[in-house]
Parts: sequence; structure tokens; C-alpha cells
Amino acid sequence: MAAINFGYTISKPRAIDLDRNNLRKSDEILHEMPELQTCIGCGACTAVCTAGNLTDFNFRRTHTLVRRGEYEGIYAEMNKCMLCGKCRLVCPRGINTRAVVMLVKRKLGDF
Amino acid sequence: MKKRVIVIGGGIAGMQTALRLAEQGVEPVLIEKEPELGGKLRGWHVLFPSFTPAQEVLTELRRRVNDSGIECRMSAEVCSVSPREVVLSGGERLACDAVVLASGFTLFDASIKEEYGYGIYDNVVTSADLERMFNEGRVAKADGSAPRRIAFLHCVGSRDEKVCQQHCSKVCCVTGVKQAIEMKRLFPESDVFNFYMDIRMFGPGYEEMYREAQQTYNIHFVRGRISEASPTLEGRVQIKAEDTLTGRPLRMSVDMLVLLIGMRANDDNEQLARGAGLERARSGFMKPRDLFLGNVCSNIGGIFYAGTISAPKNIGESLNEATAAADAAARYVMQ
Repeated sequence: MAAINFGYTISKPRAIDLDRNNLRKSDEILHEMPELQTCIGCGACTAVCTAGNLTDFNFRRTHTLVRRGEYEGIYAEMNKCMLCGKCRLVCPRGINTRAVVMLVKRKLGDF
Repeated sequence: MKKRVIVIGGGIAGMQTALRLAEQGVEPVLIEKEPELGGKLRGWHVLFPSFTPAQEVLTELRRRVNDSGIECRMSAEVCSVSPREVVLSGGERLACDAVVLASGFTLFDASIKEEYGYGIYDNVVTSADLERMFNEGRVAKADGSAPRRIAFLHCVGSRDEKVCQQHCSKVCCVTGVKQAIEMKRLFPESDVFNFYMDIRMFGPGYEEMYREAQQTYNIHFVRGRISEASPTLEGRVQIKAEDTLTGRPLRMSVDMLVLLIGMRANDDNEQLARGAGLERARSGFMKPRDLFLGNVCSNIGGIFYAGTISAPKNIGESLNEATAAADAAARYVMQ
């Protein structure tokens, strides 16, 4: 007897699962660019972001996801960056944000 | 003959140090570069979290200094110190048995953060300017009208690599919440927004005041750093930030932007340190011998620290530390 289809499906869990996520790539990125760890999440980068004012690109959110081991779709997301560098001018931690974009794209080209 | 300790700086820390030294039977000499005692507190209106008038504290300290007959050298600048001698800029040499440095801090110059337009556009003011306006009893926009929408920006000149101030100035968060409440009391119809990165409410009654700001005064707290401010055609100030808790860029126009400026080390700390062989922290503030059992001692025997010369501190901490520094200096000269 076929199972009755009630129309329900199982949703993918939304939680960031740090038991499952592999932080190796993230560690490699932080190893090459330790200054990224000093981010205080103030969002100044995103406030001035040329791409972020026109698309849903959010640099702060994207690099934070990388640091949590959430790599899926990150390469495509980082491609929205126009490399204009305004974020680097405002970052209070002096993080070379453009270099972060390039590094993440180099490390996560497969994701 | 009484032992003599020179206290450099006539702010609250210096006055309290001198008072305590006199109590301990040591002869203090207070050196102040301004023509009157009181230091930075002279420019303040009320103190967090109790809204106590700054004048109450100052008047009482000045009265005690007066009554105890402590020798005060006003309008005197120090050019070098050592444990046994202080040289004034006029060349006068004052002999002593120990020195307490209580020369405080410098307010961050907000015009360095050009992107906020301080000194360029109207209606961008600093927290210190706002205290002055409270004291003068006239808080208004440049055109004299009442502000209806006010934004406070935390961490201006603090935690900021771009202006070489990496430390947290500690008291600006609390000042920002206090001033936001004062603005709401003055202008109940206004909307007040505080843009913060982290809210640091470290002292007794501070968290309660923050809660009151949210609950009773309906002050809005937005987590994000304002990236730039620009004037609008109507003479308002447009600000941009990321509302990091929703993850979206945010912009708004306000009638007044208040920059919560931080505390930075005095420029002349470097000269003092070089002359006496004192160690400084990376922030430029003086470095105590250690942070626990020697927090009012310098690395040089006979030179002590009180107040904000060694790090940003609030009024209570500066007063306590002054007492501790005076005791340490008294012990040192009595040996």
C-alpha cells in the first residue's frame, strides 16, 4: 500500500550546525588573513557598499557565514562585489576587505 | 620635616590624591596647568547613572582642598618629572620625595573623523558639546529650533584603527545612554536613536539605566556603525549605517547627530615617559607596574599614577584610585 501523501515535506534545518560544519577552509582563510578575526560586526562595510545598496549582497553577513563553515553559494555571493574598496576605507579595524573578497573567492571556488 | 609629594594634575584624581596625602601626614603640592582646579569635570553637566550634578562633586572637592590649605600651583606646566624633582616649564625646579601623576586624558578630536562632518556641517555635535549646551541651558539646533529627531553614535575615536585609538574608552556607552535620556526629558516629542556596536554597561546602576532608556523613554537602539553623514537641502543630517540585526543598509535624516567621543592619552605622556623612563601602553596611556597589586605604581619607584592617566575610567574609579595612589606614595616616602 502506497504511503498517503499529506503534502508535507521535510525542511532542511536552518540551524548552523557546528558539529557538522567543517571549519578547515575557514581556518585556512583566517590563517592567511588573521585580521579578519578582529571584525566587531559594526556593518560599516555594508553601509557604504555599492553592490549592497542595489542587490542583497551583504559583505558582513557573507564573511561571517564563511567563518561559521557555511560555504554553500558563497562564491557566487562574493562575485556580486565590485571591488570598489569603500568598505576598506571605513573599516574601524583596518581590515583589507577587498583582499578578503579575493581570498574567499580563491579558497571557495568549488562551493 | 614633613615629606613632600608633588601631585601633577588638579582634576578630581589630583585633588583626591592631595587630600588623602594630607590626611596621611604628608605635604602635598598640587600642580595644575589651568588657572582653576577641576579638570575635565568642569565641562560636564550631570553624572551617570544617578544624574548627580557634576558641580556637586567638584564644589565639595574644591572646598576640601581649600580648607585643608594644600599648596596649589595654578597655571603651571610641568616639563619633566623624576621621583625627587619636578621641573616646571618656566625652569623652576621643585624638590620632592615622590610624585603622583594625575594629568588625565585628552578628548578625541571628532573633526579627525571627517566622514561625520564635525566642524563642517551644522548640527553635528560631540558629547562634550552637548554637556556644555546642557550647562548653558540651551539645547537647540544651529537655527535655534528644537530637534525632533536625534541620533547618537557610539565609539567615535574608540576601537578605531583608522585613528590609532584601538582601546575602548569605557564611559562613552554609559554617557550616550545618559544623554539620550536627558534629550528625551528635554524634548519628549522627539525620537532618539543610539547607533552602537556593543553596549558596555559595566557599573552598578548602569544596566538599569539602559533598561530605563529602552522601557520608559522608548529610545531606539540600532546595532550598526554610522559610516557617513551628509547635509540635506533642508539643513538636516543624513546618516547611513547597516542595521546589522536585520542585515540591511539603513539611512535616515536627523536634526542633530551627537558623536560620543572617546578618551585618548595625552600627547605629553610621551615626553613625561621618556624623561623619567616610564613605560607606556600601546594606547599611549601610562602602563602601571601590574594590573592587580601594583595598579597605581609605575615601573619607577617613587612615581605613582592616579586616574585616567593610565586608562579611561569613570569618576568613581578615578577617586578610588586617587586614594590608593596617595596611600602607596605615603607608604613609599615614610619608608
